[in-house]
Amino acid sequence: MTVYLDHAATTPMLPAAIEAMTAQLASVGNANSLHASGRGARRVVEESRERIARALGCRPGDVVFTSGGTESDNLALKGIFWARRAADPRRVRILSTAIEHHAVLDPLDWLAEAEGAEVELLPVDDRAHLRLDALRESVERDPASVALISVMWANNEVGTLQPIAEIVELAAQHGIPVHTDAVQAIGVVHVDFAASGVDALSLTGHKVGGPYGVGALVVRRDLQVSALVHGGGQERDIRSGTLDPPAIAGLAAAIEASVKRQDHHATRLRTLRDDLVRRVVEAVPEAHLHGDPEVRLPGNAHIGFPGCEGDSMLMLLDARGIECSTGSACSAGVPQPSHVLLAMGCDDDQARHSLRFSLGHTTTAADIDALVEAIGPVVERARAAKAGVR
Amino acid sequence: MRILAAMSGGVDSAVAAARAAEAGHDVTGIHLALSRNPQSYRTGARGCCTIEDSNDARRAADIIGIPFYVWDLSDRFHEDVVEDFMDEYAAGRTPNPCLRCNEKIKFAAVLDRALALGFDAVATGHYAQLRNGTDGLVQMHRAVDMGKDQSYVLGVLTQDQLAHSLFPLGDTTKDVVRREAADRGLLVADKPDSHDICFVADGDNAGWLKEKLGDRNPNAGGDIVDSSSGEVLGQHDGTVGFTIGQRRGLRLGTPAADGKPRFVLDIEPVSGTVSVGPRDGLRIDRISGIRPRWCGTVPSVLAGPDVTVQLRAHGREHRAVVRVAVDGDDGDDGDVAIELLDPAEGIAPGQAAVIYDGTRVVGSATISATARSSALDRALA
Repeated sequence: MTVYLDHAATTPMLPAAIEAMTAQLASVGNANSLHASGRGARRVVEESRERIARALGCRPGDVVFTSGGTESDNLALKGIFWARRAADPRRVRILSTAIEHHAVLDPLDWLAEAEGAEVELLPVDDRAHLRLDALRESVERDPASVALISVMWANNEVGTLQPIAEIVELAAQHGIPVHTDAVQAIGVVHVDFAASGVDALSLTGHKVGGPYGVGALVVRRDLQVSALVHGGGQERDIRSGTLDPPAIAGLAAAIEASVKRQDHHATRLRTLRDDLVRRVVEAVPEAHLHGDPEVRLPGNAHIGFPGCEGDSMLMLLDARGIECSTGSACSAGVPQPSHVLLAMGCDDDQARHSLRFSLGHTTTAADIDALVEAIGPVVERARAAKAGVR
Repeated sequence: MRILAAMSGGVDSAVAAARAAEAGHDVTGIHLALSRNPQSYRTGARGCCTIEDSNDARRAADIIGIPFYVWDLSDRFHEDVVEDFMDEYAAGRTPNPCLRCNEKIKFAAVLDRALALGFDAVATGHYAQLRNGTDGLVQMHRAVDMGKDQSYVLGVLTQDQLAHSLFPLGDTTKDVVRREAADRGLLVADKPDSHDICFVADGDNAGWLKEKLGDRNPNAGGDIVDSSSGEVLGQHDGTVGFTIGQRRGLRLGTPAADGKPRFVLDIEPVSGTVSVGPRDGLRIDRISGIRPRWCGTVPSVLAGPDVTVQLRAHGREHRAVVRVAVDGDDGDDGDVAIELLDPAEGIAPGQAAVIYDGTRVVGSATISATARSSALDRALA
C-alpha cells in the first residue's frame, strides 16, 4: 500500500472533478464556433468561469484560463511588466522574494537578461516570512520605477503564508500592481481575490484536486496585460488558443468543491499534520520543523533531519512505500540544495537534510502511523550513509 | 540480495540490471550524475554523463520494472577523477580516468553509500567475471568476450570491493547482450558503445586540458627536440595533451634523416620539452609501479608461464615476472617491479599495469617509470 504524502506536488483528483471532466470528454464543440455545438462548449467554459469566480471572490471576466501555474506566472510577470513599462518607460523594477517557485524566479531571470528588467529578490526571515521592512525600503526608494510586485501566497516548500494584506496595502499607496502565486493556497487556506486586493493571482488544477494541464490567471479586467501567446484572440486576447472544456469543467468542479470544504479540510489536515510533526520529533529527537509553526499551510510538514541527506531518506522511505519530497528543485533529476532554505539562512548541509511531507484530502491517520513507524530506522541508515559508515 | 544497479544509460548496464532483477534480486537502479553542468559533457549517444543518458537509464529501469534514482556524485567525481586527470597531465603523465573512477567513485563512494543504505552489492555492466576461490576469496577473471573484456579498468578493486560487486555480463558476448536488450524491449539495444573520456566533450584532450588547467598548465609551449642529438626540431604549444608513443600532431617540418616516422619518447613539463625519436626508442621491458592495489592476498613474486601484465585498455598481454617490495620497508610502500619477457612500446607513466595470472586479475599498479634491460638495449643496438 502506498502512503502518499506529497500532495503539494500533486493531489489526486476529486470525484466531482473527474465526473465533471469525463462528462465533457465525449462532447464536440469549439467554444468559438457559432453553431449549437460551439455554443454548448462555450456554455461549459463560461459556467465554469462563473463557478470559479464565485468560489474565489472575483468576477467571471477576471478569470483567464491557462495551461497551469507556470504559464499563469509567466503571463502575469511578463505580461504585466511589458504593459506597465509600455505605459511608462521608467517602470523597470520588479520586486519579488528569494523564496518564490522557479515558475516565478526563472521568468524573472529571463526578464532581467532579455528585457533589462531590474529584479530585486527581497529577503525573508528564518521562518520564510518576507521582510516587509525590506520591501517597504525598496518600494519607497523609487516607487515610480516599480512595474510590479510578485509574492507567493504560500511557500511551496516550507509552507509559510506570506503577508499579502500588508504587501497590498503598501503597493496600493503607490499604485503598484501585485501578483501572487496562490497555487499552493487555493482550497487549503481562505483566498478571496477581491477582498485580498491583489491584482493577479495564479492557480493550477492539479494542486486542488482538478486535472493536470489546466489553470488560470485571475487578473483584474482593468489591468493591462500583454499577451504571450498570440492567435485566435481567446481569453481577452491575452491568451489565445482553443479552450479545453473538459479540463476547464474539471478545474471548476475541483475549485468549487475544495473551497466549499476548505474550513473543515484545513482543520482536519492541521490535526493530522501536528500529530505527524509531534510523533516524528519524538522518534527522532534532533528533527525539527522548518518554517513558521503557526502561519503555514495546514498540510505542510517540512522537517530537517540533521546528519542525513534528503535524497537518501526519500529513497529509503520510497522502498517502504512512503512517498514524500526533498522539497527542492531538481536539475536533471539531481536534487539541488533548496533556495528557500538557503534564503532562510540555512547552510548547504541543512538545505539538503530536509524532507517535505504534504498532506491532502486522501491522507489518513494510518498514513501518519506508517511514517512514524518507518522514520527512526530510515534516519539511522541515512545517517550512516552520509557519515560513510557501512 | 538487495542490489544497487549503476545504470549509465547504455545497453550493458541496462541488461546487467535486468539480469540481476530476473535472477530474483531486489534491484534498485541509479544513474550517477557526474557533471556539475550536465550539458557540458558529451552529448549524443556516446557518453555516460548527459541528460539524455540519464533519461535512457530511467526508461530502461521503467521497462525492467525497478525503482530508479539519480545520485549526484559530481563533487566527488570532480575532486577524485577530473582534478586528478588534470594534475597527472600537468605533471607529464598519462592517467586513465576510468580506472580512477572505478577505484574512487563506482566501487568506493557509491558502494559505501549503497552498503550503508542497506544494499548488499553494486551491479554494473562491466565485462568481467567473478568467481569464488577455494580459499574463500572472490576472484576476478577476464570476460568470456575478450573483445569487450574490461577487467583492466577494474584491476584497481580490492577484495572488499569485489566481495560487494556483481558483473552479470562477464559470461556473455556483446552481441548476445544487444539481442537480450532488444528481446526485453530495452530502447538502448542499438545505442552505440561509449568511447573516449566522458568529461571531455569533443574528445580533444589537449584542447580541454589547455582550457581547464589555466594557471596550473606547466607551460604554454616549448621545444620539440631529437632525443639522441638534442637538436631542436620544432615547437609545440604546451606539453599537456602529449602522450608517450604519440606520432600524430607533432607538425615537424623536416622529416627524420632516415625518413622514418618519429614518436614522442619523453615529456618534460617543467622545461616544456618534448623529445622525439624513432619507434625503437619506445621499446621497454622494465616497469616500476607505485600505488599497488591487490585483488586478494599481496604476492611477493609472481612468475610462471601464465603471469602477464596488460598496460593499456584493450592492450595485449605481456608475459612478465612481477616482484613486490615488502610493504613499509625503507619507505618503498610495496612498490612493484615488473620485468617484461615480451617488450612493450609507448608506455607512459601514469598508465596502469594490471597483473594477471592466466585469466585471473591479481592486482594493479600505476606506472611511475619505464626502462630497458641491457639485453634489450643490446638487441636494439
